[in-house]
Amino acid sequence: MSEPLHTVYVPRDAAALSVGADETAAAIRAEANKRGIPLRIVRNGSRGMLWLETLVEVETPEGRVAYGPVMAEDVAGLFDAGFLEGADHALAHGLTEKIPYFAKQERLTFARCGIIDPLSVEDYRLHGGFRGLERALAMTPAEIVTEVTESGLRGRGGAGFPTGIKWNTVLNARADQKYICCNADEGDSGTFADRMIMEGDPFCLIEGMTIAAIAVGATEGYIYIRSEYPHAVATMREAIRLAYDEKWLGDEIHGTGHRFHLDVRVGAGAYICGEETSMLESLEGKRGTVRAKPPLPALEGLFGKPTIVNNVLSLTSVPIILDKGANHYRDFGVGRSRGTLAFQLAGNIKHGGIVEKAFGVTLHELLYEFGGGTITGRPIRAVQAGGPLGAYLPPSLFELPKDYEAFAAVEAMVGHGGIVVFDDSVDMAKQARFAMEFCAAESCGKCTPCRIGAVRGVEVMDNIIAGEKVQANITLLNDLCEVMTDGSLCAMGGMTPIPVRSALKHFPEDFTRSPAAVAAE
Amino acid sequence: MNARSPWSEDRATAVIAANRHLRGALLPMLHALQEEFGCIDEEAIPLLARELNLSRADVHGVVSFYHEFRRSRPGRHTIKVCRAEACQSMNADGLIEHIRRRLKVDFHETTADDAFSLEPVFCLGNCALAPAVMVDETLHGRVSPARFDAITASTLATEAAR
Repeated sequence: MSEPLHTVYVPRDAAALSVGADETAAAIRAEANKRGIPLRIVRNGSRGMLWLETLVEVETPEGRVAYGPVMAEDVAGLFDAGFLEGADHALAHGLTEKIPYFAKQERLTFARCGIIDPLSVEDYRLHGGFRGLERALAMTPAEIVTEVTESGLRGRGGAGFPTGIKWNTVLNARADQKYICCNADEGDSGTFADRMIMEGDPFCLIEGMTIAAIAVGATEGYIYIRSEYPHAVATMREAIRLAYDEKWLGDEIHGTGHRFHLDVRVGAGAYICGEETSMLESLEGKRGTVRAKPPLPALEGLFGKPTIVNNVLSLTSVPIILDKGANHYRDFGVGRSRGTLAFQLAGNIKHGGIVEKAFGVTLHELLYEFGGGTITGRPIRAVQAGGPLGAYLPPSLFELPKDYEAFAAVEAMVGHGGIVVFDDSVDMAKQARFAMEFCAAESCGKCTPCRIGAVRGVEVMDNIIAGEKVQANITLLNDLCEVMTDGSLCAMGGMTPIPVRSALKHFPEDFTRSPAAVAAE
Repeated sequence: MNARSPWSEDRATAVIAANRHLRGALLPMLHALQEEFGCIDEEAIPLLARELNLSRADVHGVVSFYHEFRRSRPGRHTIKVCRAEACQSMNADGLIEHIRRRLKVDFHETTADDAFSLEPVFCLGNCALAPAVMVDETLHGRVSPARFDAITASTLATEAAR
């Protein structure tokens, strides 16, 4: 062939699809055909710079050159400008990996996401995939668990429990059957990292779960994915099929005596199923009501057997820990928060997306250096960190380093690293009311403080917003929050007071406005 | 496009049997039935109870627990609008008001022409491109009122072209 074959990358990530990536890919294919240019289009995951989606990349001798956001109608102009050679254009951003947002990150868990073809085992192998598993296959279970413990990895789903200690409990439990369950019920607003890695690097999750299985002697695993994620479900199912084909799953993993079978199960729109015991009930085919602990799932989990329940990002951090060693991972981070976290900049933010950074980065750096402030151009008034059960924080706390203990000290949480940004048009009393409303809608109903407390919480907030006996109702609200915090069975009821109380603490002026004053504004 | 096949006991029995081998099979069976009929028909409850050796109350309890399972047939398309915090920060409330006025329905209702059922949802995982809407299984980001109108128009146009 006289003309070199060009390679163009167009993401297949759901966020990219939501702004027309399929249409952009189709337009590139049509335009190339029209011009008689041979072209290979790879549908990669997302690089995580979501404001640039659809981010089209072109392979050049210098590296991949980025163009975005590319709409279908921009495609002909890109061809005219010579984008296949990496030429300049109004939408050009130069080499993708030199874009400051990307270059300043520390990508460990997301190292391959957006780079490879998510459904190519070959591509995965070429970029270091399955090296962690290969090393694990040559180790004893106890050695694998020690490696994970020494890495300092803590649960990335939000609770931050040390992963190695959980694994060790399951390893030491005696049972005829053990399970690995991946919690991919990523229901918190402001989080999408689980979804992105499942769509962009699904073999990484399969590898992490297989290592976990070998470490504790489990032979069956389930990935519980929420039904709101049809793309992630489809990608994971296809990746599992390919992994079986290539003997990375099944009865003789990669020619060894190890056996591990993996299946995807789909949730059904219940937020509470992100709570681990509720998820186990759901996997068993029951109502997703919370179980009392103890017994811990590590001892009596799925179908009453010892079970590892880990979040997607905990499990997808395991392959690199096994590949590069515990020290490599532990060298990132601060204090007792080791490694990196995939921060997710969401809501009213100019440059929304994934920022994988070592712990210790401040909110200010994330919001301004990476995020670029609000998309509306107005000042940031509040951020909610760590999901719907996380605290609302004012700008005076933005210098706080992202570290589990530093956040806990101000009654906030790092959680899973999701950060939702609000500009100065936000009404914090309304946000506090929503926290209660959400809890009322999504409570599993098992314990009274959560089931009834949330309903009462909405009523009390309605009275406060209407300006009725405001001080007396705020006292009542604080009492109610105390009952929910102390008396609820799980984090749903127990932590719903966090956004409510933080809104009240940092933004009290929003709770004492009379309706007349609001109307006059 | 939602499947909305009329109820058939034979078809339901076959759908249930296809998932019999799974452990904790009730949720996969319910998903498969909804994919076939568009909802969990009342007639399906005793079939599931018999298959799984559960009481009808147990099955009903599971169906009613999960927001996703419907008890009546939806319109031809389902529109899910995100109501959660990230979308709120980008004025999802304004978008929802527009949608209610435009479609002349509230949440959990179906338009008079049977084209769209409107459902609220807490998070579609598209929080950096808020507000987000899902039409059937197609996700949309940065949905303004004008873009919403264009999306529904194109959904109907695609359907008419078939």
